[in-house]
Amino acid sequence: MIAIIDYGVGNLFSLKSSFAAIDIDAVITHDEKIIKNADHIILPGVGAFKEAISKLYDSGMDEVLKREIAAGKPVMGICLGMQLLVDKSFEHGEFEGLKLIDGTCVSIQSGDAKNLKIPHMGWNALDFDYSCPIFKYINQKDAVYFVHSYHVRDCNNVVATTEYGNKLTAAIAKDNLFGCQFHPEKSGQVGLNILRAFSEV
Amino acid sequence: MITKRIIPCLDVRNGRVVKGTNFEGLRDVDDPVELAEFYSNSGADELVFYDITASSEGRKIFTDVLTNTAKHVFIPLTVGGGINTTADFERVLACGADKVSVNSGAIKNPQLVNDAAKIYGNQCVVLSVDVKRVDGVFRVFAKGGRENTGMDAIEWIKKCVDSGAGEVVVNSIDTDGVKKGFDLEMLNAVCEAVNVPIIASGGAGCIEDFITLFKTLPKVDAGLAASIFHFGTVEISDLKSEMKKNNIPVRLL
Repeated sequence: MIAIIDYGVGNLFSLKSSFAAIDIDAVITHDEKIIKNADHIILPGVGAFKEAISKLYDSGMDEVLKREIAAGKPVMGICLGMQLLVDKSFEHGEFEGLKLIDGTCVSIQSGDAKNLKIPHMGWNALDFDYSCPIFKYINQKDAVYFVHSYHVRDCNNVVATTEYGNKLTAAIAKDNLFGCQFHPEKSGQVGLNILRAFSEV
Repeated sequence: MITKRIIPCLDVRNGRVVKGTNFEGLRDVDDPVELAEFYSNSGADELVFYDITASSEGRKIFTDVLTNTAKHVFIPLTVGGGINTTADFERVLACGADKVSVNSGAIKNPQLVNDAAKIYGNQCVVLSVDVKRVDGVFRVFAKGGRENTGMDAIEWIKKCVDSGAGEVVVNSIDTDGVKKGFDLEMLNAVCEAVNVPIIASGGAGCIEDFITLFKTLPKVDAGLAASIFHFGTVEISDLKSEMKKNNIPVRLL
């Protein structure tokens, strides 16, 4: 069973539906017992970093999450849920993240990419590391759906990138911890294949 | 490289898909959930659902349609029609919508764009504008294209993007239903004015119209159409192979 953590952020309906579409039991929950009993955990998230990290702390889910990660349970952060895993974010200020993977979240418009349209919204191709188990059912350059204005930089655990002006971080992974900047639940069959592979980690 | 998106639009009334020509003379086409699945399997990059029912009963049927679609279709869903408050955003987002498009609701209450962007993020707020030339000036029309608001369309779009609209659907009333191609002049004016994704709508009659659109205006991110897809005049898989042949970045299944 997959626990999709509900801490008051984002639309979880599609995530739950996509697991249902691949015959995997998933529950939307903030119940510590259910999360503890789950085989895998999804940390979702949309919106702004500051609000999301505050809600995560307020709900106490940060502690639950850290305990489960330490116990070796596979966890996947999606979109903002991935960004919360790194050291800090510069979205509308400077805020500390969960510091579970090194990295900093910065605007994709930085440097010589000032004229890029934001958000980076639409389908873009993945260049990924074959050794990462969540990509075992997809092909290089398969397109997935992105919607974001910030991305993770200065991270030694990047496992997938995409081209948008510069090379953007599309996924990160460290041991049992995974993060996708794109939305697998909105990426058609390719996305479902990534969720299925994650559920088998 | 980010791909150009192809977006079928489904106007839904009483749980059925309808499409008008020049916004009048609606005609039944198909079951929305079935059609949505068909489009997703054919390579559509996104779907737009417009709720054109007026009654609260119709609203309920619409959200049921949306819920059923989101259970089976795993590409982004944008919902528009009857969005006047942030509560309307909440209502459709809870049923599986990813983005919400505002049109008349924003004209009546421009603060709506700002309020919704603050709560749900800019990426969630799509500004949809019906534009028509009046004495050589692009004007914003309301009420499904029937009423001239007198507002300058470019100024209006700029204002809404500044307030937090993360994407703009430009629907040219002048070319809508005519099937002689997108309104390149109007779209170019919008592309020059704002730096968010732009979706072209109104006027596509054949595959070549999409090729011309993306070749002429590289800043346009997506092409939206309804009847040509519903009636099978253009098959999405054919359209995308043709885009690929023309070196337009495209997602192939």
